[in-house]
Amino acid sequence: MKAFTPFESRLVPMPINNIDTDQIIPARFLKTTSKEGLDKQLFCDWRYNADGSPKADFILNTPRGQNAQVLLAGDNFGCGSSREHAPWALTQFGFRAVISTSFADIFKGNALKNSLLPIVVPHDVHQKLLALPEDAKVKIDLASQTMTLPDGTKVEFPVDPFSKTCLLEGVDELGWILKQEPAISAYEKARAGSINTLA
Amino acid sequence: MSGNLTLSQKVWNQHVVHEEPSGSNLDYPSLIYIDLHLVHEVTSPQAFQGLRDRGLKVRRPDLTIATTDHSIPTTDRSLPIVDPIAANQVEQLAKNCRDFGIQHFGVHSNDQGIVHVIGPELGLTQPGMTVVCGDSHTATHGAVGALAFGIGTSEVENVLATQCLLLRPSKTFRVNVTGSLKAGVSAKDIILALIARIGIGGGTGTVLEYTGSAIRALDMEGRMTVCNMSIEGGARAGMIAPDDTTFNYLHGRRFAPKGADWDAAVARWRKLPTDHGAKFDREITINADALEPMITWGTNPGMGVSINSPIPEPSSASDALERDALTKALSYMGLEAGKPLAGHAVDVVFIGSCTNSRISDLRIAANLLKGRKVNPKVRVMVVPGSMEVKRQAEAEGLPEVFRAAGCDYREPGCSMCIAMNGDQLQPGQYSVSTSNRNFEGRQGKGGRTFLASPLTAAASAITGVVTDVRSLL
Repeated sequence: MKAFTPFESRLVPMPINNIDTDQIIPARFLKTTSKEGLDKQLFCDWRYNADGSPKADFILNTPRGQNAQVLLAGDNFGCGSSREHAPWALTQFGFRAVISTSFADIFKGNALKNSLLPIVVPHDVHQKLLALPEDAKVKIDLASQTMTLPDGTKVEFPVDPFSKTCLLEGVDELGWILKQEPAISAYEKARAGSINTLA
Repeated sequence: MSGNLTLSQKVWNQHVVHEEPSGSNLDYPSLIYIDLHLVHEVTSPQAFQGLRDRGLKVRRPDLTIATTDHSIPTTDRSLPIVDPIAANQVEQLAKNCRDFGIQHFGVHSNDQGIVHVIGPELGLTQPGMTVVCGDSHTATHGAVGALAFGIGTSEVENVLATQCLLLRPSKTFRVNVTGSLKAGVSAKDIILALIARIGIGGGTGTVLEYTGSAIRALDMEGRMTVCNMSIEGGARAGMIAPDDTTFNYLHGRRFAPKGADWDAAVARWRKLPTDHGAKFDREITINADALEPMITWGTNPGMGVSINSPIPEPSSASDALERDALTKALSYMGLEAGKPLAGHAVDVVFIGSCTNSRISDLRIAANLLKGRKVNPKVRVMVVPGSMEVKRQAEAEGLPEVFRAAGCDYREPGCSMCIAMNGDQLQPGQYSVSTSNRNFEGRQGKGGRTFLASPLTAAASAITGVVTDVRSLL
């Protein structure tokens, strides 16, 4: 993982509530054994016609959807399945943050493990962001947990402190967990009689 | 911590491996031990690759078990898998299990089945355990009183490598289902009614605990149906306190404790139920006496109504985006607000999935179909959840009932719940499905899903239209 650095970007608005992971990447693409090559499949059924041609009115197929790093989505983004292919596809397309009024739990955890920042904002800020002109940019700074709007307003957002450290340092959780080996071994020893092995 | 704890808090407390001491300035999550890791072919290959890249082993292959369920055909198992991408994924899981020493119930195993069907069936999932799987319907295993939840592939890798996860405790949400279910109304209707009430994101950040007389009266398979769809209400886990129904179900199953170990385990498990006086962060009550068969009309599981109630008008929603969502769902589904769904034509009926493919589900459907024919316009697929369900169904003569009625009776797997394996709707087709998700395209691109109970599905198969089963009882 690369360290998560501050950036500035236009917003790609997708003001739809409850965008589920089956829309983010349909299940038929989950037969892959790789994490790569998923950007073309992002929002596939909203993005392409049956003959494979792009749907002209879908946001990702418009200039506004190109070269922007922030998706502005409706409430409860990422509900449904646990597929980590959803954040993989979003990041491979180029997104570094998704803004919503709330996120589904599993998606949020998956996103944080893939340098995709889920930013929760209150309803009024969400409305304000949706009303911004097309070329407006926001600045996102994880270290200070602030988003700066074009008018200079700073909006603070919550982030799990552990995830924040991992993102800023560009490391994953596994390295930290592996260092807890003595505690894990001690736990296993203490519970030897009640862990039900499959033997 | 002790005294006045909920079921989920007790299980949590018993699995804390490490947490920062109180007063520490490090606000880190807790390191939680995982007792059972279930693995399937779709969400694991990248995790095993991660282990290889780092030169790591699976820490506890003896607490890890794999099966193949999502990508495989539900047709004749003696034939090779035609789809080369699916075949590769299936072979990759087999190889990963060989390389890392994990027991695998693969395509040709007598124990193959949907991961959330075989877990309880083999006695793998037990009260008080922490159970994870790279699959959101892992909530199913909460039916036995386990804290069970779905994880992403990074977390699959973490558990394979360390048998632990970094987690924050969830809030607690009690769902009290009072009274008793009437004829024609089942476990599926309880959970569809709950999700219609709280909405698809209503349980986000919580662990549900289902309590009350109507839950106590459910058999284990009904409890699994309820817990299975906790995630459709946004809750990562749903649990039911273990009781004699649980212990009777588990006793004698292959991986359940035996002899003196069994007695010791039951003694431990009896201490798990929520203490009197324990406080939940949220509570809701559902009156089972008043429940009717439920059905979803829209494009998420929260868009559900009683089968004879009108589909809601978008104008009834207070929020603009919510109004848009209802309008968009009606348009995708090709439906009109203000009318009930009962009587709407159906093209396909699917009886299967980790929600409703167990022997009791098949019995209920077969009982209604016995001596009847399905409507010739409807394609009816019955997909048992596991090889064991299939064997039991055969012993009871259920396949003959299904075939005589005109159903397509198939081999175990996830099948048309997720439509990864070629079992799918054609664009525009309507299904009544006993599965768990009605998202756009979930059962095939352009397909339109009405979620319902096995009873409603079987009744609709017979008539060819969405049907209130009580008219056939």
